[in-house]
Amino acid sequence: MNQLVTPSSSTGLLHAPSVSYLSLWPMAVMFLGALLLLAIAALVRGPVRRQFATAGTVVVGLGSLIASFVQWHQVSTKGAWSTLTGSITTDGFAVMVNIIVSASMIIAALIADGYLAREKIEGAEFHVLALCSATGAMVMGSANDLIVVFLGLEILSIALYVLAAFNPRRAASGEAAMKYFILGGFASAIFVYGIAMTYGATGTTNISQIASYLAKVSLLHNGLVLAALAMLIVGFAFKVAAVPFHLWTPDVYQGAPTPVTGFMAAVAKVGAFAAMLRVLLSAFGSTADSWRPIIYVLAIASLIVGSVGMVVQRDVKRMLAYSSISHAGYILLGVQAATARGVSASLFYLAAYAFLALGSFGVITVLAGGPDADHDLGRFRGLLSRQPLLAVAFVILLLAQAGTPFTTGFLAKLGVITAAVSAASTPLALVAMLCAVIGGFAYLRVAITATAPEGTDLSLLGVDISMTPGSQVKVPVTSAVAIGLCVLVTVLFGLWPAPLTQLAHQASLLFIA
Amino acid sequence: MNHSSFPWLELLVLVPLVGAIISAGATGLSALVRERVGQAAALITLGLSIAVIIGFAAHDGGYQFVHHTSWISSMGISWFLGVDGISLFLVGLTALIVPIVLYGAMPAERRLAFTAWVLLLEAASIGAFISLDLLLFFLFFELTLLPSYFLIVGWGGKERSRAAVKFFLYTFFGSAFLLVAIVSLAVLHEHQTGVLTFAFPELLKTHLSSTTELLLFLGFLSAFAVKSPLFPFHTWSPATYREAPTGASILLAAILAKLGTYGFLRFCITPFPHATHTMTPIMLTIAVIGILYGAGVAAVQRDLKQLVAYSSLSQVGFIALGAFALSTQGLSGAVLLMFNHGIITAALFLLIGMIAARRGSWDITQLRGLQGPAPIMAAAFTLVMLASIGLPGLSGFVSEFLVLLGTFATHPWWAAVASLGVVLAALYLLWAYQRVFHGKAEGANAQIVDLSMRERLVLVPLIALIVVLGIFPNLLLDRINPSVQKIVDHSAQVVSSSGAQR
Repeated sequence: MNQLVTPSSSTGLLHAPSVSYLSLWPMAVMFLGALLLLAIAALVRGPVRRQFATAGTVVVGLGSLIASFVQWHQVSTKGAWSTLTGSITTDGFAVMVNIIVSASMIIAALIADGYLAREKIEGAEFHVLALCSATGAMVMGSANDLIVVFLGLEILSIALYVLAAFNPRRAASGEAAMKYFILGGFASAIFVYGIAMTYGATGTTNISQIASYLAKVSLLHNGLVLAALAMLIVGFAFKVAAVPFHLWTPDVYQGAPTPVTGFMAAVAKVGAFAAMLRVLLSAFGSTADSWRPIIYVLAIASLIVGSVGMVVQRDVKRMLAYSSISHAGYILLGVQAATARGVSASLFYLAAYAFLALGSFGVITVLAGGPDADHDLGRFRGLLSRQPLLAVAFVILLLAQAGTPFTTGFLAKLGVITAAVSAASTPLALVAMLCAVIGGFAYLRVAITATAPEGTDLSLLGVDISMTPGSQVKVPVTSAVAIGLCVLVTVLFGLWPAPLTQLAHQASLLFIA
Repeated sequence: MNHSSFPWLELLVLVPLVGAIISAGATGLSALVRERVGQAAALITLGLSIAVIIGFAAHDGGYQFVHHTSWISSMGISWFLGVDGISLFLVGLTALIVPIVLYGAMPAERRLAFTAWVLLLEAASIGAFISLDLLLFFLFFELTLLPSYFLIVGWGGKERSRAAVKFFLYTFFGSAFLLVAIVSLAVLHEHQTGVLTFAFPELLKTHLSSTTELLLFLGFLSAFAVKSPLFPFHTWSPATYREAPTGASILLAAILAKLGTYGFLRFCITPFPHATHTMTPIMLTIAVIGILYGAGVAAVQRDLKQLVAYSSLSQVGFIALGAFALSTQGLSGAVLLMFNHGIITAALFLLIGMIAARRGSWDITQLRGLQGPAPIMAAAFTLVMLASIGLPGLSGFVSEFLVLLGTFATHPWWAAVASLGVVLAALYLLWAYQRVFHGKAEGANAQIVDLSMRERLVLVPLIALIVVLGIFPNLLLDRINPSVQKIVDHSAQVVSSSGAQR
């Protein structure tokens, strides 16, 4: 049974479990920041000024980032530890998730600032909700108990449901949120049922205890374990947008306000994949043979649907939604490998993708100009001549997503492909690379539309040239800084990836040990 | 292996890269300065490559100027550079062609962006030629795609975007197989030794079963067959060459095609001798079909650029023929032909680019009697054409002769059929020459201006090389032969020793 709270039979008093506060710091900073912002918003007369909320969020994000680095120092010198009777683990893996989420939070807040200003939305609601959601992702990364995983998942999701409907002036936004909420609730329910079945099969919800139970006991009838596994995988697959549980993704990504979409792509994916990796590899590591084929199929389906979907789409925001599905497919390659190398490759991929997604959606946020609905490919024509810097940044981010050499995007793909090949899944690696070609075309088409000189026959590429090109927009300083940071991370760690690969490598080693 | 303390090879990559960055991004400088910086970078690279060629010890078949530093250690990728007799002159070729493109085929608009893309292409191509780490090679190999793509889309003809996409999809598809094959080889090596590395000399020691070896061979081959392009993987190339601007056509045919044929030698024949041995009949047949098909289609072209494109396909067939004949002469001939074909195709594309710039058309039927108004152009064209046909005394002859001789030694039937290609080449080039330059010039053709001083200067180095290498091919062969001999010896030894075991 979950031992978070154990009544002592002799005294009738509750023993509080011992707490290592360092384990909780990053999430605590995030969550307290959210509460503080909420309190200030409630106390001051009128809405909180947007700039104040953004600055506060950035400071909170930095605080969380610093706390994560302190954790990193502890983990790398003293090794991993768990606390709260083993329901929270602080290891390299958890810390890396904390780092990615904190950094994503900072960038998302900077990008959202320009959007909020343009849409004339004052107040701290966006920031509070995003901070909550980020807390959830961090909880998922550190959770060592299925119940805690579920808590993290719900904290993450519920805040995201609201964020998706955040802009009251957009009908599409409400529709997206409704769809996300209903399907998400459904997936959560299945996930909880999976937890219940796991408890039924193994007698515990603690991940380490499940692992040792399954390793020690050989079950005559493992039907219950398999059913539990299937339901947990469905829950995760929904959250990471893997095919066939992806149907909500294009609509929600397109309908949600663009900064929220970027945040969703980065943070929700990191949190969900972190928990997925830990549950599958740690709790069900000894039964890897039973879930690897499922992930194999999910990966292939996501890769194919994602990359083909990208080619078909003419709406860039929707195309990036399909791109996020295909990226989920690549990350599943690392999960499927079920090795330390696979975990480290997946983590590196998540880190790389978080910045790529935030940056790309950041550019789209800026470009949307007036009505935040029109992202047709045709509107990107001539971007290079209108806004050279923005165009160059956008092209770099797109090409990195396509896996261009000397960017993090390439190394991320190389990592998962190496992991797949060394786990004897070479056909899967080959499918992934062939899908990279199809996807590469879609990214390149956007890049070419944005940079081609006047008079290029773009209609041959399926670009709707009857659309009037977008007009010159003013790039807010905060957005410029955020997009610049994303590009910098992408190129810098593409050329000199040692710090990031070392981090991911050590994270996976500590995790498996 | 011969290490060098001065980073010559790094500079060969860095100088054009810095040139590209300055000409594209240094907005503080005036456009003229940035363009000059770009040209200077290309010239400095040429100087550096000449220095490397001079410093290269002839009669040494190993890698020279080697630099080896770890880069991404957790992924086994190292910064591992070196040249041998096979890559040396391809680096020189790249360094020579790029300034010629920058001076001789510069488009009228957006010159800075053009300069930057060309220089980036130079850095990537040289990087690919000198990489001794397979993954580093792949990175540079892939990086060449980007500038080529943007050059075609930015400055190409009417259907450029479609041609560029076709080019991109074909080559990227080939690369997909290449990357998986590279990773598989490295992982196999890791399973055997416990060390994950992509260093090429280490990976050569991997033990492979015959099936695995064949699969890996095919994986590597697919990328290079598309890039070179080898029949029947060539279908992207006619449209691409046609739509690309002259400068990009030159770079594609003279340099990027060589990345593919270089890949055959370095990364197909060298590491997979058994598979090469098994596949030789098929490869030779493909090569011969390519030779004849390219020549035949070139003969019926009305478009001058298409004609050169198909003749290029035919020449790549010769290179593949020499390479897969697996004799010393054949391989040396192939390496020499790579260099010579680069020079000759560049000159041909330049010349027809100059004709098209004057007449606004590549159509042979609209051109007539250019010899009268433009005698110097006609003379230059004659010389280059004769070199391409393989007239003794000019550079093309030596390499083509070596290829046929080397093939004849091991596979006489294929050599006999392939030599028909030489006849066809004479036919289509002379016929084209006759139609374009002979006869009486009328109308616009009579108004044509002869080559300007700048155009002559651009052609001089190419023509000089064509003549000099026709007379002194040993300048190159002395450096090529030892490295080629190593491949042949290694291949013969491996194949015969396994034959003895059976």
